[in-house]
This record gives sequence, C-alpha cells and structure tokens, in this order.
Amino acid sequence: MRLIFADTALTSETLFALLAALLMALSLVSVFTTRHLIRRLLALNILSSAVFLLMVLTARTTDGIDPVPHALVLTGIVVSVSTTAVVLALYLRRYRMKPPC
Amino acid sequence: MLVVDLLLALAALATAGQCLLLPGLFRAVANLMAFGLVMALIWVRLEAPDVALAEAAIGAGITGALLLTALGQLPASQRDIQPARDGLPRRIIPITILVLLITGMLWAAILGLPKPGLVEEVATLLPESGAEHAVTALLLNLRGIDTLLEITVMLCAVATIWSLQQAIPPPTLSHYYPGLPTLARWLHPLFLLMFSYFLWQGTHAPGGAFPAGALLGAGGVLLLLTGSIAWMYQRAYNLLLRWLLAAGLLLFLITALAGLLMTGTLYGLPPRLAGYFIIAIEVATALSITLMLMTFYLFGRPGAQQ
Repeated sequence: MRLIFADTALTSETLFALLAALLMALSLVSVFTTRHLIRRLLALNILSSAVFLLMVLTARTTDGIDPVPHALVLTGIVVSVSTTAVVLALYLRRYRMKPPC
Repeated sequence: MLVVDLLLALAALATAGQCLLLPGLFRAVANLMAFGLVMALIWVRLEAPDVALAEAAIGAGITGALLLTALGQLPASQRDIQPARDGLPRRIIPITILVLLITGMLWAAILGLPKPGLVEEVATLLPESGAEHAVTALLLNLRGIDTLLEITVMLCAVATIWSLQQAIPPPTLSHYYPGLPTLARWLHPLFLLMFSYFLWQGTHAPGGAFPAGALLGAGGVLLLLTGSIAWMYQRAYNLLLRWLLAAGLLLFLITALAGLLMTGTLYGLPPRLAGYFIIAIEVATALSITLMLMTFYLFGRPGAQQ
C-alpha cells in the first residue's frame, strides 16, 4: 500500500479525487441495487456531480485554470436537470394513469 | 486550507450517503439539496466560480424543488413506501467488494490522468472571440456548437414532457402559507436585478447566460409554485410561450448560419462582429433557459384544459 501511494502527497486535489471516486462508487452501486425509481434518479444526480468533480479536477493544470472543462461542466449541469425533469414527468404520468400501470 | 477541503469532502460524503442509504424519500431529497450546496462550495474551492453559481441555483435549488413538487403529487402510499432492502444483508459482501474495486480503480485512474490542458490555445483565441471571460467565450463562440446542442436537448426535454400529459396545476401553497405569494412577489425584483447583473457581467467575469438563466428560473419557480404566474397555464399565451422557449435555439441557429454566410464555416463568427452576436445570444439563451426551467415544473402541456 505504501509503495503504490508513496509519491502521492495528500493535497486538496488528491482529496477531491478520492471524494469523486467514492461518490461515483456509492452512486453506481445505488443505481444498480435500489428498486425505487426516484432513489435511482437521486443516485444518477450524485453520479453526474462526481463526474463533474473529476472534470473540474482535470482543469487544474500547471499553466493555470483550463476553462474548457468548466464550460463542459456548465453544459452538463443543465443537461442533467433536463434529464431529471423528464424522468419525473414520466414517473408522475405512471401514477396518474387510471389504473396505474 | 486542507482542513476546509477535508471538512467539505466529509460533508459531501455524509449528505450523499444519507441521501442514498437512509429510508424516507423526503429526507433523501433534502439531503440531495444539501449535497448540491456543499458541491457549490467545493467548486469555489476548485476555482470554478461559474460552475459554483450554476450548481447553487440548479443543483441545490431547481432540482430539489422539482423533486419535492413531484413527491407532493404522488399518492401517499407511494411517498411513504420504502422498498424493503431485504436483499441487502445477503449481498453486502459482494457490494462492498464492488465499491472498493470501483473506488480503487477510479482513484488510480484519476491520479494518472494526463493534464494537457488548452490554457494557451484559449488565451490566444480570446481576443478574437468577442468576450473577455474565457468560459463565456468558450460557451458562446469557440465551442458554441456544444451550447447549441445543449439548448436543443433542453427543448427536446420540454417537448417530451409536453407530449406526456396535461399540465398539473400547482399546489395551493397560499392556503397554508398566506404570506408566501407576497414574499415571492417582493423578492422577484431582486431576482431580476441579479439576473441582469450576471448577464451583464458575463462577458468579462464569472456569470453569463447559464447562471443568470438558472437564477431567474429559480425565482420564476417560486412565483409559479405560489400561483402568481397564471398566464403560463392559459391557452391564449401558449403560442407566445412556445416562441419564447424556442428563441434561444432559433437565435443560435441564425448565428450559426450567419457565420456560414460570412466566413464560410458553420458558426465561424468574424472577430469584428463577434461581441454583438455574443450579447444577442446571451440574452436570448438566458431567457429561454429561464422559461424552460420554469416549464419543467408544469410536468405537462399547459393551456389545454379550457
């Protein structure tokens, strides 16, 4: 264990990289094991946040802040709220049908 | 500052864990909103102020309000039932192994990522792009096609929702909270002021169409939930609403075609005029994003009941 991480100092970036990996693992497992659809939707939201965290981490280069991943993440946030809205509308339609299907 | 980062990371893990693992849907949604706020603070720590603004308005505000509104529409039996996680104790060992495996692989991959970066390329193109702030220049000019497609995705989402069912009328909150509609109306000028400020600031500092649209969208949702925006449900305004929703995409397409005519490449804006194009697209996109975020709350097509 010491050999693998010997050259890795505990900086903010490694900390947030670890956080992103943990969040991704947690939400992936939830996406696959939870049965309630809304809980899965929450897991998807957290998964997308973890991916955004990774992308913003790659933006921190030695030359300065790379704005390209920031722009992509801004786009991604709006797309993920659109996905959430569509899934919720589908879910509501399912329970407002008579009889519910 | 490592202590602050450590606390933020722990808070994010705690809220995400509570959101996904504890029973109770309402608690899960509340934790997701808290998670969004923590993430906004993390974006600030990672020097991504544009992302922080959008996350605070969308991730914490709009997504949470969408989920809570949807939960309120569900029958009580659906709201309270938590699926029995009876399978969990049996599968806890494979799940833990899976989590550890994914985490370890991801962490190793993240640490080993090459960091090429496009810092210099963007810096050399910035004077020709018509905006002084790099993220705005990227979103609206250099990689404008991305944003065009994103607006298309949002419009497709609205079209999908509208084709599903008729709009669900907002809950009568004013019955339980008599002061809320007045408060929402008093706060709205403040939302408009912040919207204009972010929109104006976008060309030279963090801000721009996305945070501005998200902010005004959040304010609009507050008005919508208190029943202060009746026109959105009325048939007479349906055509106007459709045109306003499509305005951002239409202006984007016009810009792309104008670029094709003037420079020979799709979306190739001439540097002399790029500033004007960016301001026009910014205003139209912000308004369209605001309205699309608000129409998400209708969960269906408005204006058909009469």
